[in-house]
Amino acid sequence: MTLEIFNYDFMQNAFMAGTIAAVFAAVVGFFAVLRGQNFASHALSHVGFAGAAGAGLLGVNPATGLLILTLMAAMGMGVIGEKAAKNDTAVGMVLVFALGLGVLFLYLYSDFAGRAMGILFGNLLGVSRQLIKNMFIYSLLGFAILAFIARPLLFVSLEPELAEAKGISLRFMAILFLILLALAVTEASQVVGVLLVFTLLIGPAAIAIHCSKTVWVGIGLSVLLGVGFVWAGIVLAYCTDWPVSFWISALSFIGYLLARNFRS
Amino acid sequence: MATEYGKIMSAIIELKNLTLRYPEQEIFADFSASVACGEFIGIFGPNGAGKSTLLRAILGLIQPDTGEILVFGKTAQCGCSAIGYVPQFQQHLSTNNLTGRVYISATINGFNWGLPLLNKQRHEQVDRVIDLVKAQKYIDRPFVQLSGGEKKRIVLAQALLNHPKILLLDEPLSGLDPGQQGKMIDLIQNLRKELNMTVLFTAHDLNPLLNVMSNIFYLAAGKALVGAVSEVVTSSKLSWLYGSPIEVIKSDDHVFVIHKQFGSNIHDTNHHRGNYEF
Repeated sequence: MTLEIFNYDFMQNAFMAGTIAAVFAAVVGFFAVLRGQNFASHALSHVGFAGAAGAGLLGVNPATGLLILTLMAAMGMGVIGEKAAKNDTAVGMVLVFALGLGVLFLYLYSDFAGRAMGILFGNLLGVSRQLIKNMFIYSLLGFAILAFIARPLLFVSLEPELAEAKGISLRFMAILFLILLALAVTEASQVVGVLLVFTLLIGPAAIAIHCSKTVWVGIGLSVLLGVGFVWAGIVLAYCTDWPVSFWISALSFIGYLLARNFRS
Repeated sequence: MATEYGKIMSAIIELKNLTLRYPEQEIFADFSASVACGEFIGIFGPNGAGKSTLLRAILGLIQPDTGEILVFGKTAQCGCSAIGYVPQFQQHLSTNNLTGRVYISATINGFNWGLPLLNKQRHEQVDRVIDLVKAQKYIDRPFVQLSGGEKKRIVLAQALLNHPKILLLDEPLSGLDPGQQGKMIDLIQNLRKELNMTVLFTAHDLNPLLNVMSNIFYLAAGKALVGAVSEVVTSSKLSWLYGSPIEVIKSDDHVFVIHKQFGSNIHDTNHHRGNYEF
């Protein structure tokens, strides 16, 4: 049984897409937790729902629609600034409006329920090779940006006041990071859906940050956990016939509980 | 003014007819002063007098409304590596367990693009500042778990990276009890001598610093006084500065500045809260 899982094309695709998304989301998620921007990722994914739903109307790939709208939302959040972006009420209002728009788009489009399920809760077993290719390109692009900005990003995340005193623009760095976050949200929502993005983007990173004393150990652990959750989630889904998204979110949650009790 | 190699600069920082203002409010006007190399300047004044703002202006983060600030003979500019800075407030998020060493390492060349990797020479620089502030014992423990005094030493270590010639310390004593304040002042004073630095230091209480300061800046009510403690901290000078009657009482090694209307010691700010140990 253990190897026959790889005989199916859709399973191979699921492993590939899941791994690509998990690695990138785990790294970006590490910085998100470091910066205290966990909730921003949640908000971006909801905006992405409208993008994915609207893409159907325009005849574009849902992942592309999701990416475009999350990128726009990311830049919008960056421009209005940290204070406004951390205002729960403002962010909440924007994201429920985005969900509402998504509902409208899906209503205007045919096959309402099927599409909604896929966007909201993920459809990892249905990803195409083309989507995997796109995800890989997004990942490469994201890692290229990250490799370039990682040092100042770490600096502004840990010591914003000192970074500002050295002449680094906090707002510019925030916008750059939100763009990375939008890419990671797009990737993660292909695996677990927009509603469960938190589970793959923040879950592994939060556990890793709790358990590690240095940056590289933290990032490494975050990646291991993210990939581990996705692989185990796919295998468990294969064995039980329950949704992959459920298993990934359950593993992420259990891991978080264990980590919290382990250390504190 | 810029000098030739080998000559000692007379003034390392010059404030010329400096006026600083927020968009809707003037902080202080027409302030001139110069700081010589190696001095220890205490900056005092009530909350909102512009102590932090003055330091931020020297860093080049705030542009003067009128007048100018010269640092090493050049107009103050952001990102000057010869200035080490300890901000008054730092919001360290408590969501991670990264060590103090990680915080220092992130600061060392955090303004350069690239991956946060340190070469051997940078590792040595980090070790050097850890040794300078004597933080070896707890540097590899999670930063969030450290006491207030330990955190302050790590923050000071960050300011010492890149071999600064000027240290701008914004309220480095706040939150420390009197014993720790004394240790912190001794540490800063020793570092100043050892590394030949010039120190500008804001604080609320004059007394712990009386023996180390060469000069003070006293800011209040949009005005400023410069000079030695004995010249500036007098009843007549401070009454002029505050625009209301102030009485200065001096004992052997203490100074009390009393606001006559309120009958309170101006420099007693309940800053001795907290129960930290180094």
